[in-house]
Order: sequence, then structure tokens, then C-alpha cells
Amino acid sequence: MKARTLRQREKLVFERSKPGAVGYQLPKLDVPLPDLQATLPPTGVREEVAGLPELSEVDVVRHFHRLSQWNYSVDEGLYPLGSCTMKYNPRINEELARLPGFAQVHPLQPEEQVQGALQLMWELEQALLAITGMARVTLQPAAGAHGELTGMLMIRKALQERGEARRTVLIPDSAHGTNPASAVFAGFTVKELASTSAGTLDLAALERELASGDVAALMITVPNTLGVFEPEIRRAADLLHEKGAFLYMDGANLNAFVGIASPGKMGADALHINLHKTFSTPHGGGGPGAGPVAVSSRLEPYLPVPVVEKRDGKFFLDENRPSSIGRVRSFYGNFGMLVRAMAYILSLGRDGLRAMAEAAVLNANYLRKALSPYYHLAYESPTLHEVVFDDAWQKSAGVNNMDIAKRLLDYGFHAPTVSFPLVVHGALMVEPTDSESLEELEAFVQAMAAIAQEAKENPELLKTAPHTTPVRRLDEVRAARRLVLRYEPQSSGE
Amino acid sequence: MHRYQPGTGDRQRILEFLGLGSVEELFTPIPQELRIGELPLPSAMAEEEVRRILGEMAKRNVTAEEMPSFLGAGVYRHVVPAVMDAVLSRAEFFTAYTPYQPEVSQGTLQAIFEFQTYVCLLTEMPIANASLYDGATATVEAVLMAARLRPDKRRVLVSRALHPHSLATLRTYAAAAGLELLELPWGEDGRTQLDGVRPDEAVALVVQSPNVFGVVEDLPGVKAAAGEALAVQVVSEATSLGLLAPGGRFGFDVVCGDMQAFGLPASFGGPHVGFFATRKEYLRQMPGRLVGETVDADGQRAYVLTLSTREQHIRRAKATSNICTNHSLMALAVTVVLSLLGKRGVRELALASHAKAEYLKGLLRELGDKLPLAFPQSSTYNEFLLLHPEPERLLATLAQEGILAGVATPRLASYLPAGILVAVTEKNTREECDRLAAALRRVL
Amino acid sequence: MARPENLKYSKTHEWVLLEGDVATVGITDYAQEQLGDVVMVEIAKVGSQVTAGQEMGTVESVKAVSEVFAPVSGEVVERNSELEAHPELVNQDPFGAGWLAKVKVSHVPADLMDAAAYEKFVQEEGGH
Repeated sequence: MKARTLRQREKLVFERSKPGAVGYQLPKLDVPLPDLQATLPPTGVREEVAGLPELSEVDVVRHFHRLSQWNYSVDEGLYPLGSCTMKYNPRINEELARLPGFAQVHPLQPEEQVQGALQLMWELEQALLAITGMARVTLQPAAGAHGELTGMLMIRKALQERGEARRTVLIPDSAHGTNPASAVFAGFTVKELASTSAGTLDLAALERELASGDVAALMITVPNTLGVFEPEIRRAADLLHEKGAFLYMDGANLNAFVGIASPGKMGADALHINLHKTFSTPHGGGGPGAGPVAVSSRLEPYLPVPVVEKRDGKFFLDENRPSSIGRVRSFYGNFGMLVRAMAYILSLGRDGLRAMAEAAVLNANYLRKALSPYYHLAYESPTLHEVVFDDAWQKSAGVNNMDIAKRLLDYGFHAPTVSFPLVVHGALMVEPTDSESLEELEAFVQAMAAIAQEAKENPELLKTAPHTTPVRRLDEVRAARRLVLRYEPQSSGE
Repeated sequence: MHRYQPGTGDRQRILEFLGLGSVEELFTPIPQELRIGELPLPSAMAEEEVRRILGEMAKRNVTAEEMPSFLGAGVYRHVVPAVMDAVLSRAEFFTAYTPYQPEVSQGTLQAIFEFQTYVCLLTEMPIANASLYDGATATVEAVLMAARLRPDKRRVLVSRALHPHSLATLRTYAAAAGLELLELPWGEDGRTQLDGVRPDEAVALVVQSPNVFGVVEDLPGVKAAAGEALAVQVVSEATSLGLLAPGGRFGFDVVCGDMQAFGLPASFGGPHVGFFATRKEYLRQMPGRLVGETVDADGQRAYVLTLSTREQHIRRAKATSNICTNHSLMALAVTVVLSLLGKRGVRELALASHAKAEYLKGLLRELGDKLPLAFPQSSTYNEFLLLHPEPERLLATLAQEGILAGVATPRLASYLPAGILVAVTEKNTREECDRLAAALRRVL
Repeated sequence: MARPENLKYSKTHEWVLLEGDVATVGITDYAQEQLGDVVMVEIAKVGSQVTAGQEMGTVESVKAVSEVFAPVSGEVVERNSELEAHPELVNQDPFGAGWLAKVKVSHVPADLMDAAAYEKFVQEEGGH
């Protein structure tokens, strides 16, 4: 991954600009040019956009090709980011999302012209219902966090219609940061619940909090961010429901139990599903994803509009839902990602989906046992598809989890998630996923073992890692203290 | 053994290593009462079967490429350079994740730094983020930021000439945020009515330009009317920035919207890409990821996610947004397209879109009262509204003639004047415009 | 770790130097070490009223944001303007040049600790 030659140290596209270079040619204008002074408002017209570069097509291709060489990706090897589920992105999904019949359909074409698109959304909803055991699904949210917000808005509406002004949402301290952020954006206040020493939900604490009558919901991830299944989840759901509260389930870790258990049986009222995690749609360097939300019948009336319905063999978009929370975005969802997820579900089928969860859990437990001699396991509880270690054994040499992560880059692997969940100091959260072979996992273990040894014998090597990546460790403090957030002709130095 | 699960053949070895008899033993933490039987889904399919099933679904759609198309209303049909998808298909870009380990993510980070720069240049604003989901949620983030900056105020002044989906989304979020929306009507000229606007109690004044009718708003007027409230310009047709002066030039506090028009396929409404640009003084309240420049241990220039303390994974309940995954790959796509178009291409494309729209407008004026322009005296960029009492029927008739003539406003919102919104771009040939005019003459 | 003898300390790791009715306030060496390299400091404006035990600002590093709780009650009369350009002073000299604000004191809480008590408190928290 190291830049092979100095020529591949690629400048910014703006620095490669050459006056007169042309990157794209439009067909010749076949209509008269209007008098802009007459057709547009006087203050409204601008000249050429200052600062836009001029490059030839060849330069653009080379620019992005060179940039791409600096990225590690799933296609290269193991990418064990805990709670991100970095699995293989099947190529057939990419081909099918690009079919003109999907890619070139405008969302506002008449419904009779887009029956295929509506059918895909309907079928995907049915498949997700089969998998989750819930009552209905909205495909609108663009990401998990967006789904969380949508789910919490539905809970808020349900409480409003009941005439109840409950303000509190309970969230375990091991939760992903999007959970409290989403709850606050939905108009709630957050109360953090301390986890038990086993890393799980404290049921007694939940019961105590519920006594106030002000709890709207519990937001919980199952299995949790430590990879531990919440043994009392059904009991928690019952307690919440008895007190008129709701259970929101963060579905980020669904990969651990698809085909084996169902959130419906756990008593979830709303659950978001990360298609870019469990269902293989690509992460794209940070997105786009998709975060459909499955709900129980309790929350069905509040689904965002429109909802895809089927009547007499035809599909249509139903906007007529009086209790809906309204829209949460433009149009209907990240359709391109929905196509990919549908293709994945069809490719795996009922047996393949179950095998997926089994493989995810097997692989993670393999790593758990294989790495245990070298790294301190944060919790003794059994774990499913991910496991959290910490840097306790390396700390005495002055080496922390970040150093371990950076050194791993030299070994040709992406690092696990570091410093999350917050309940574990110096965390290394490892999630191999179902799309890894034993061979790849063994190589990872070897690398981690070697690094543990280096931590004892040569800690400096880790503290100054990485050494062989395209760039060395970055000065993140400088980035925050001397903010340069865009190219300016004078300011960006080489 | 499934082709996506390479480890299936190693199961036995792993079980032996773990000292277990079966995989089921790993699932003992999950109580029996939560277990399900076989999923009610078909069994695994070969690639060819999946291709056939989804291919048939795709064929059940009529695409905007099969016949002349004049659809806009938030999704615009512009050129998609071949290089765009070639770059997007590079596994190093699309199978990578968020650049949390910047040393092995410089490709993504530099591309997004370039995206941020492009957004700043197009909007004439000093800072921009690494993308949001879409224009509607970008509008919401702008309003929520304004509310954080002016916590003693509750009101939002918003134009009713916003894209109805953006307005509807804003209504949904505003309720939860305890904000009161005051919707400003449009005047006879199709522009937002600014007379009598009282900004003193408002956190923001939000207009879209060009607006839902394709009409260019009076941006200096909006800025003046905003007073102390944050002036927000929403852009739905991003290529308009190639020809029209942006809010940044007039002192707007936020310019946000969707960059879809710069080469992103329609894809039945998503994924597209939200953008957000603002002033330096609001930096710490800005939502979304930010890529900043720095150096590495060898002094080499490099890029990294910065100011993460605003974001949910650190700030949690006090974050400036709950956004985590954004639309990074689509931002990369737009960066590629803008790099290809360059200074000259961005202008040429915008000019062509405007010129063709004006040409078509001219032809349609001859239809007179049968299909009048809603706002004949107003400036539009490349989209305009033609009034008609039964727009859906009219469009169906034209579809039979082999033309996708526009969007019926009842499809968008019942409060819009009934008619068809027609958008024209550089992709529409003169011949297509002539054909549409001729067809309308015939059917009306 | 440094723990100047003439200062008083709060349980939330702020220090106070009382001189007449003006208190200089900052965060301790332990606090800055936990936080990491400081990139930004935000303190309540001059003229604001602050209350002992309540938030009067934040100190931000690359990876965390820490609230600064007022160790005394009163009115902010000065903020350390050097910190805008040089937030690293909080790391380099937390008890000296890295001071955060000066407060005209209206109330000093009884439970502020002296240096020895603070040292014991930090040790119990797991520091050194």
C-alpha cells in the first residue's frame, strides 16, 4: 500500500489544474443562447465559478486512480472494525443496482411506470419482516442513525396520541453515540444506565427508572457493543410494555443472529437495520448506507409516508396515513442500496442467511480464543459476533490501543475499532464477519501476536507506527488547532 | 458452502479449536423462547437466478432514458460522464469504510477534502462539510443549527416554495425540536413574499433558489429580510450554481441542498448527496464530518477527519447532529464529475440547460391559455410551471406519445397550483423540445 | 504530578487561586493529562454569572470534550485571551500560563480541597 514512487504522491485536483485543459465535452448547443440580462435577474448572474480547476480526462482518471491506491478496503483483506460488519460486497449487487431499469428511473414518474421499483421495495420489506419477525418496515431512512431518529419520532408520536408527555429515554453506557444523539434530536432527554459487571443491561436499574412514569423508551443494542447477548431482553421488553414504555432496538449487530432469533420475539417495538452492515451494501468510504426501520403493530400507524402498498396485484405509494410522523427525507429511500440488499438476501436465501450468522459468530469466537493469550479480554461473558479486548497488558510498556492499531496497519490489516465502547478503557473491538476464511483469521492472529511481542521488546516501534503505510501517523492535534478545511491557493503547503 | 462465506469449510477445525461439538453451542446465550425456525424465504440462489429475478423487476420500469424526458422537481437528468462510474467502481473507494485510520485512507480523505473545496467554490462560502444524506435533511440540519445558535428563539421562517419534500421533512423534525414554522407564501411572481416578514423572533429564514417552481428568488432581498436570523439558501438543482450567483455572495449564513444534478443517476430518488456550507463563525455548531489538512510524522501533507468532538461518537447527547454514516461515495462521484467538467464545463452545462429551457419556454408560450406559464414574467433557470387543471391526465396522454413531459404538481403537494413542472437540461436536444411542443399542440 | 500548595481544588479537577475577592481558575495537571492535547477552550463571557459546581465552559481535545465546572460562584471578569491562539498552554502550564478565567467571587464552597487532600482524592480515583 505504500506509494511506490514519488510520482504517485498525488497533489490536489486544484493543484493539477492547467489553463485550457478540457475534461469533458458537451454536445454543441443546438438552440440560441438567450440574453442573460433579459432572462435572469441582474444580481443573479455569475461569471465562471472562480477556482474550479481545468484538467483533461486523462489527468482526472490518473488523479483518482492514484488516490485509490492509498486506501485499504475490504476487497484487500480483513477489516475487523467492531460493530461495522465489514463484509464482502458482492459484485452482482453492483451490476444489478446499475441496471438502467433501476438507475435511470425518476422517482416522480407515474406509478404505472415504476411498478418494478415499487415491487422491489415491497419484496424487500417482506424479506426484512421474515427476518426480523416485526409487523411493517419503512425503507426511508438513509442510515442507521437516521433510522434511530425515525423510530424515536414514531415513539414520540405514539405517546403524544396517548396524551402522555414522557420525556426520558434510557440508554446503556455501552451504546453507540448515535443513540443518545438521536434521542435528543427526537425531543427526549437521555438518562444513562450503567451496565452490570458482566457488561449487560441492569434489569434492577431499569425497573427502578420505570417507576418514575416518565420513561418513554429504552434504546438497546442486541447483542450489545461488547458482543454479549442481552439475556434479559424479553424480560426488559415486558417490563417496559407493562409501564407503557417502548423498546427501541439498535440493529447494528443483527449479523449475530439472523435466522436464529428474531427481534420480534424479543419484544422490540422498533428496530433499525443497517443494510450496509448485515446486508452487504458497500460502505463507500463512509456511506451511503440505508437504515430501514421495522416496527411492531403498536407503532405501525406512525410510519413515515409514503408507504409501499399492494392492492389487486398493483403497487402504489400510500400517502394517506393520518397518524404518520410525516416525511423524514426526500422521496422514498436510498433505492440504489435497497436493490443491493435485495440481491444479497436472494443470493443467500434462508439457509445462507442462517449460515451467515453462524459464520460470523464462529469467526469471532475463534479470534477470541486465539487472541486471548496476547490481549486482555475486557469481559468474560460469552460473546457472539464481536469481541472486545483492551490494552491492559501492554499499558505497562507504555503502549496503548492506538499504538497497537497503528502497528497493525504495517502488517497489512485494517485496525479494529479503537476506543469504543466507552465502558472499556483502551478498547479494541474486533468483528471479523462471516466473509472471512480461517486462513485470513490465522494471518490476523499471527500479526496481533507479533505485535504483542513487539510491545514487550520494542515498544518504540509501536509508538511510532505505522511505518510502511502511504503516510505515517498523522498530527491530529495540528489538524484541530490549525484548521484548514479546504484548498486555498496560498495556504495549502506541500 | 456459500460463495460469500469462505470459512464454511473450516467450521470443523474452528469447532475443534474451541472445544465445541456444534455451532449451536455458541448460541446458548440466546434463550429458546427467542429462537425462530427456518426463515420463510426461498433457499439460496445462483447469481444467474438473482440476475433474472431482479432483471425482470427492472424491466417492469419505464426509464427516463427510453424516451425524451423533462422530469425535474428535485432530481435532474444531466450528463453522467463515463469516468464517474469507472472511479466509483474502484474497490478501494467503494469497499472502504469511514476513514477512522487515516494512514490507510488518504484516498477517501483527499477526495472528500476536494469535495469540501468544490462546495465552497460553488456556494462562495468559506467552509463545507463532508456530505449529508440529501437536500431535505440538509435543510433540516441548517435549521437545527440556527436553533442552537439562537436558543432563546423558537420560530423558523420558511418559504412555501421549497420542494414539498424538504418542507414536509422540516415539519417532521421541527415538531420534535420544539420549533414553530411560519410558512411564507409565494407571490404572483412565484417568488417568496418577503413583505411584512418579521425576523426578530426567528432563528432562520429559509428559501430555495431556484425554488420548486424553478423561479430564481431575490437572494439580496431575502438576506435583507432575514435581519438577525440565519439566512439559508437551499439548492435543489445544483448545476444552477454554474450560472446563478449563490447565497455566499450575498452574505447568507448557510447554503445547503443536494448535489445530485452533478452527474448522479436518478436511481428512483436515492442515494444522492446533501451538501452544507456555512460561515467560519458557525464552525463548531456545524453538523457532519469534516476533513482537515495536517502533516504526518515525516512532515508530509495529509488529510484527516477533524473536529470530531462536535459529532455523536464523542459528544453523544450534545452532538451537533446524530449523523454517522453519510453519503461519502456520492460525494466522491460529484468530485469526479466536477473535476471533469471543470471551470468551463460547469458554466457551459448551466448555460446549455438554461438556453434549452428558454427555447422550450418560447415554443410553449405559443400555446397561450391552453397551457399558460404560471409565472410568465419571472426568471427561471431550467425548470418552469405550466398551469393545467388535469395535469396527470395530460402527462398520461403525452406518455402515450412517447414523451415524459414533466411532473404533475398534485404528485408533489396539493397546495401547489395544478400543472406540470417541466425541466430541461443539456441532455434534451432541440428536436426533443420541438417534439414536446408539437405533441402539446396536438393534444390540447 | 504537580499540585501547587497554595491552591484549592475541586472534585472535578479545577484549581482556584484566591487573591482578595478575585479568584483565578484553571484545570489541574491531572485533568489536562486525561484530556490529551487541548485544541480549544470555551469559557463563559466576561460579565456572566457562574455558580459553584455548574458548567462555566469546556476544554476540548482531539478525542474528548470536558466540561469545566466553576469551583467558586461569582462573575467572570477576565478570560485568558492567550488560549485562543495557544490552547496548548493548558497542557504545558496548567497552573500558570494555562489559567482559564478570573472570577470576582461571591461564594467559596466549603468543600474545596487543599493540595494534600486533592492528591489523595486523585490517587483514589486511579491517578498517580
